Amino acid sequence: MPRLAEPTAVQPVESAMVPRLFRLVDRRQDTADTFTIMLEPNDGVPLAFIPGQFTMLSAFGVGEVPISVSGDAHVAGPLQHTVRDVGAVTHALARTAVGDVMGVRGPYGTGWDVADGHSRDVVFVGGGIGLAPLRPAVLEVLAHREDYGRVVLLYGARSPEELLFVDELKQWEDQGMEVLVTVDYGRESWQGRVGLVTKLIPRAGFDPMSTLALICGPEVMMRHTALALVGRGVRASRIRVSLERNMRCGVGLCGHCQYRELFVCVDGPVLPYAQVTGLLGLREV
Amino acid sequence: MRTIEQYLPDHPFFEGLDGPTLALAAGCATNISLAAGEYLCHEGDAADQFFVVRRGRVAIEVHGPAAGTLVLDTADEGDVVGWSWLVPPYVSTFDARASEATGVVAFDGACLRGKCDSDSHLGYELMKRVTQVMNGRLVAAQIRLLDLYGGPGATDAAPR
Repeated sequence: MPRLAEPTAVQPVESAMVPRLFRLVDRRQDTADTFTIMLEPNDGVPLAFIPGQFTMLSAFGVGEVPISVSGDAHVAGPLQHTVRDVGAVTHALARTAVGDVMGVRGPYGTGWDVADGHSRDVVFVGGGIGLAPLRPAVLEVLAHREDYGRVVLLYGARSPEELLFVDELKQWEDQGMEVLVTVDYGRESWQGRVGLVTKLIPRAGFDPMSTLALICGPEVMMRHTALALVGRGVRASRIRVSLERNMRCGVGLCGHCQYRELFVCVDGPVLPYAQVTGLLGLREV
Repeated sequence: MRTIEQYLPDHPFFEGLDGPTLALAAGCATNISLAAGEYLCHEGDAADQFFVVRRGRVAIEVHGPAAGTLVLDTADEGDVVGWSWLVPPYVSTFDARASEATGVVAFDGACLRGKCDSDSHLGYELMKRVTQVMNGRLVAAQIRLLDLYGGPGATDAAPR
């Protein structure tokens, strides 16, 4: 039996593992369980990021969570994260008040690289809280609207009450984006669409042969959406997905987010669909 | 406004049907306009029609004493509403309501069934198309059962 090579000693990346201190300067309740926090660095040095990247947010004494940045990458101002209150750490973050201090590590991971969509149509597909990581990319495209062809947002949520950025959706339409929204269930008063986000794909106005598609949502949703986009003629190589895995260190050391040969925290979270086509939907990867 | 015969070839449901077969189906059809809030059918009604949406939106609803009225699906231009006309005992299983001003082509289910019985080509073509619609709705319903966007399985491990 061949002997395994001696493991290479891993040098701790101290600077990457020590959180910077940020102070909560504003907070917005988006839905019943989702909120956006605006943070300013205590040291005064803004945190630069590219759309699609995430940070590790610390609620001191409770833990850390990976959260994608949801703010505008090119406008000076507080660092924004849109967070869903689903566990101990996010619950602790939900209880923070203006003036409270929290830790921020990062930014980490790959971005959407929306500039790759120059002169093409760009289709964003968001599911639930997945619209938040797409928001910086949407803002970047709309800030340079003339560089792109048709720009479309297809957005699905569980219910009308759980739609994010509702006021902004209208502004984005005014800025030249086609916005199609659907929900899983609606009350009688809901006048919009009900059904899976994939049903929006045949209705959206874009040229599949010249489209960059960016998808963010639950993996099952991303898998079906990517298949539907490919079915409409979008090339798999022109589709990107943002994977959701259990990121811990953020720098590819701990292995918690390993996805077969990939470390999602450094190789992702944004990955070409063509690279993960065979992985999405596999059990026990 | 185009006639039913002119409109149907452009509707995704009838895409690929040859002219004579389309004309056969169109013989069972009439145009109907609905105001917002008007019902196309109610759960438990005889399913004697099915509808091709030309414009507007139709909400497929179910009503429960505790949940109230829930919209389970919507059908827009290019969609069809109803397959119970083809499946015994031909009873509607949901309410269908125009959620805005809506235009539909309504097909007489009994007329169409009769033509399907006597013309197996029409019958097979319609069965294929209705099955596709049913399959799409079944898959969508199964995926939605997973409560993708925020069921109790959501955790801090990957909260986005």
